Amino acid sequence: MTELFLLFLSSIFVHNILLSRFLGCCPFMGVSSKSETARGMGVAVVFVIVLASLMTWLTYNFLLVPLHLEYLYTLSFILVIAALVQFVELALKKLNPTLYKSLGIFLPLITTNCAVLGVAVLNMNEGYGLAESLVNALGSSLGFLLAISLMAGIRERIESNEGIPECLRGLPMALITAGLMSIAFMGFNGIIK
Amino acid sequence: MSQSTNPLKIVANGLLAENPTFVQCIGLCPTLAVTTSVANGVGMGIAATFVLIASNAVISMLRKMVPDEVRIPIFIVVIAGFVTVIQFLMEGFAPELNKSLGIFIPLIVVNCIILARAEAFASKNGVIASALDGVGMGLGFTVALTFLGAIREVLGSGTLLGTQVVGFDPILLVVLAPGGFIVLGCCMGAFRAIQAKLAARKGACSPAKKASGCAGCAMSASCPSAEGGKA
Repeated sequence: MTELFLLFLSSIFVHNILLSRFLGCCPFMGVSSKSETARGMGVAVVFVIVLASLMTWLTYNFLLVPLHLEYLYTLSFILVIAALVQFVELALKKLNPTLYKSLGIFLPLITTNCAVLGVAVLNMNEGYGLAESLVNALGSSLGFLLAISLMAGIRERIESNEGIPECLRGLPMALITAGLMSIAFMGFNGIIK
Repeated sequence: MSQSTNPLKIVANGLLAENPTFVQCIGLCPTLAVTTSVANGVGMGIAATFVLIASNAVISMLRKMVPDEVRIPIFIVVIAGFVTVIQFLMEGFAPELNKSLGIFIPLIVVNCIILARAEAFASKNGVIASALDGVGMGLGFTVALTFLGAIREVLGSGTLLGTQVVGFDPILLVVLAPGGFIVLGCCMGAFRAIQAKLAARKGACSPAKKASGCAGCAMSASCPSAEGGKA
């Protein structure tokens, strides 16, 4: 139990998926200019990563390993993820149209979000069991939500700052901000051995 | 997107005018993660270039047979197939590099550059033009990665391709995660400043202006809600 908890904490803070593992940087930069959309994207990512980790774990251990087709993991994982995202999109459209309106446009993009495939591949590489995979997925995706929400808050603040040189406005400044956030997150390194 | 048929122009387009890293700002994850040294940057660039050329060519061949509704899944399967090929090749011929690039080799599948080019160029143009577009974009990506890799390696570990080049103590931070963000941010700013200067000399409006709203989004090239933005 303690180990799972440590894994959870370390996947949120120490190995933050955005700031130390560099997975999912495209939405991190692209969708972080308003906190409302950033939060929407973050929640959608949490949802998809946890589901996708479950599905890819099942695919790997019950389909690929028995058939000795482990080398096809890239292909099968991305197919599972693409199908899952499509399914989530359909379900959301039917069940919760308001949420669909705010999250809908992000969902197709989540297929090509490396965080989703990245967490699935990491789980596989580390040889995690089902519980560990799910905990790692939940922690990593919450880390994503945390980082993107913080980032959006900061970007909203600095957007109207006239002091920033013109060539650094927008993305370059966002990247430098992310670098500073990453330094701050390095401070968590000490909490888990 | 440019529909030019001049082969040189297509290649140059990817290298400069639509450089995937500095202008389109897509494919940031591998850019940030693997540029800790020149060798890694070049290796990643070559792997991605191979996948880009091959998948662009195949997708262009398939473009008339693929129904519009399912084109994205089909593109992804084609790309994933080539990524599996490159994974085997790297494991066999460059195990060291494969180890240091690690998870980012399978993640070429979800590199937005590849899907964005499939969607914006290969699905609309002929096979040869698409392959050339792959060459151009791949080169643009490789050059950007090599450049960033060189800066980070020199500043962060004081070496270039493994040989000692500078006298001062290396700044360790640059090769760590935060350095990736900061160096890329500064390079992108510099690239924009140079572009703005060049454009001002020509009398055109500053290109930095387009980085607002949907068109400035890192994913506008592959984003369905930004059709008007860039595609």
